[in-house]
Amino acid sequence: MRLVMDLSAFFESRVCIVSGKGGVGKTTLSAVLAVMAASSGQQVLLVDVEGKSGLSNAFGANPLEYEAVTLSQGVFARNITAEQALLEFFQDHNLNWVSKRLQSMNLVDVIATAAPGIKDILVLGKVKQIERRGTYDLIIVDAPAAGHTLTFLNSAAGLIDAVRVGPVRTQARDVQEMLTDPSRTQVILTTLPEETPVNETVETAEALVDLKIKVGAVLVNGWYSPCPAATVDEIRAAAVTAGTVMPDEEAQALADASSFVNMRHRLQQTQLARLEDMLALPILQLPFLFTADLGRPGIDTLTKALETAITDFETEAPAVTLPSSDGKTA
Amino acid sequence: MSTAFVEIVENSTTLVCCGSGGVGKTTTAAVIAMAAARKGRNSVVVTIDPARRLAHALGLDTSDLGDDPRAIDPALWDPENKRVENGSMSAVMLNAKSTFDSLVEKYANNPAQVGRILDNTFYKNISAALSGTQEYMAMEKLYELHESGAYDLVVIDTPPSRNALDFLDAPNRMTKFLEGRAFRVLTAPARGGMRLVTRAARVFLRTTARVLGSEVLDDIVEFFGVFEGMYEGFHHRAAHVRDLLAHESTLFMLIASPRRDALEEAEFFAEQLREKNFPIAGAIVNRLHPHFTESLAQATRLRSETFTERANENEATTLLAELYANLASFQEVAQKERDHLVRLEELVSPGPVEKIPFLGEDVHDFSTLRLLEDTLFSKDTEADKIAAIPHAQ
Repeated sequence: MRLVMDLSAFFESRVCIVSGKGGVGKTTLSAVLAVMAASSGQQVLLVDVEGKSGLSNAFGANPLEYEAVTLSQGVFARNITAEQALLEFFQDHNLNWVSKRLQSMNLVDVIATAAPGIKDILVLGKVKQIERRGTYDLIIVDAPAAGHTLTFLNSAAGLIDAVRVGPVRTQARDVQEMLTDPSRTQVILTTLPEETPVNETVETAEALVDLKIKVGAVLVNGWYSPCPAATVDEIRAAAVTAGTVMPDEEAQALADASSFVNMRHRLQQTQLARLEDMLALPILQLPFLFTADLGRPGIDTLTKALETAITDFETEAPAVTLPSSDGKTA
Repeated sequence: MSTAFVEIVENSTTLVCCGSGGVGKTTTAAVIAMAAARKGRNSVVVTIDPARRLAHALGLDTSDLGDDPRAIDPALWDPENKRVENGSMSAVMLNAKSTFDSLVEKYANNPAQVGRILDNTFYKNISAALSGTQEYMAMEKLYELHESGAYDLVVIDTPPSRNALDFLDAPNRMTKFLEGRAFRVLTAPARGGMRLVTRAARVFLRTTARVLGSEVLDDIVEFFGVFEGMYEGFHHRAAHVRDLLAHESTLFMLIASPRRDALEEAEFFAEQLREKNFPIAGAIVNRLHPHFTESLAQATRLRSETFTERANENEATTLLAELYANLASFQEVAQKERDHLVRLEELVSPGPVEKIPFLGEDVHDFSTLRLLEDTLFSKDTEADKIAAIPHAQ
């Protein structure tokens, strides 16, 4: 398989579903992808499906609503929760009174249990509606945490089996068409270079292949850059050469910090190698940010890092025709 | 600080570990159970969806397991054979479906009723599709193990949920759901009486069926019909589960990582627990960046800038520029992480907040579990703990 990528290919599909285990930075990376696309002039909609506040926090904005708000130049965001989507679905079918009744009688849970996946399908159905309307160049969905991503994306197939007729089935079929068309939908997997998240990423990627859903790339977050290795004695010697006074405690701290970051870097490389072995996909690393609290400055730093990673990847990729001529290395 | 944790492990009887996903909750719960066993207690840890290698280490990766506790070979958790007399450690992986099935079997009036419920499609969907079911079954498991009297300490991991306190509410919400009052009103005609509501209800049901498919509706009607006779038993049981959760001997342990969102979640938890008067045992913050020196981050950063300017002079200045930049980054992040912990420390006080540095590898077997245990329960200062990390010098 030839791995190709450039910035435009990254956003080839209009719907981009960002998936990852809790704690790997999925929401931050969704925001990074949105900012990156917007900076190339695209109109981007970020969709939150869990009613979480991470996306709006990242941009220092108020909690998201069902109506889209502007988060930054070219970046819009809204949430689409299952409850809202279910009620809207009945409304769209001129069954406003049913929708009110479901709500007033607390029957939404009963319905969602009776037809598992219906909530997911209605959320994805709403995404499909937005996609079809063409208001945005790119729709980035911050998907439910990893275990649930597969249930989420598999809901259409499940419901097509369970519900034989009617508007829900039609909706499920339309969603299934959108998800399995690589020109319309791709999944971006996010992970950390650690054993458990890597295992989960590989499992998710394989399951997505079975579901015939395109995986565009894997983003590896929290990458530590190595530091030159040096013993305390070497550091003391360097201090002498540089003509500086250095307390022993400081030389020790410099050596410890260097040895620690290199230890983590080695562990991360092992996990990256596992990913590369198991997945024939573009794998891009994003740096661990020491300084930022992941507000807007953090997003901007990561956006630049991702653009660089994509450019470097192209240079390094086993291109079929042109050998890399600009001499750039990783 | 650590003496407080020793006390928790030696004396508590029920410990609920809560926190957001990806913070090491399952592992920490296992370490606490292991530490208790090594102190001679009979402990059991209830895990929810452990990582594969941890499940393997705990002997929980065989598919035929069901959800009964398994005793773990002492050679694994106490290889030096140092335990105080009769300690034991068991583990169980929550299986919401089988826990629910056993409850149905327990409260059904006859085998025929059990069969009809277990075969019902709507019932089969509940464990996987109804939010809150996992939480409820986790609490049910906790109650069951507590009631069995076989364990001195039950440590339970909690499912990752949108609102991490869902499990406190779970027994209430679940019984309300099972009561299906709204649905009963709608389907009343099917059971005779209450004919007043029939017409409107029938139109509503027919319309819903048209949208969802009629089989779906039939399953719902059947389920609530059959379940009716069991409702009292479930209701009663849930009240006991609630009582156990509210009992003063049930302690809550917050698990977090220094990531801002994980900490905010832990703080939110702590606030909710305090508001509801649930006792907080303490907090454990995993994976902190190490604290390499007492000197100020700003000073190191200045040194780093000085040597960066001189980086072209010779190899020594190049080296020092990189080393200082690296150390400064770690000092800055370590400082920031500790600043972020202040609020949590206030909320958890007088309970301890234990800071666990990143251990250099994923914790997924007994040797790494013991490393975590040593770190958690040693009386060492944080700096000593970092020095003890393998690999890190």
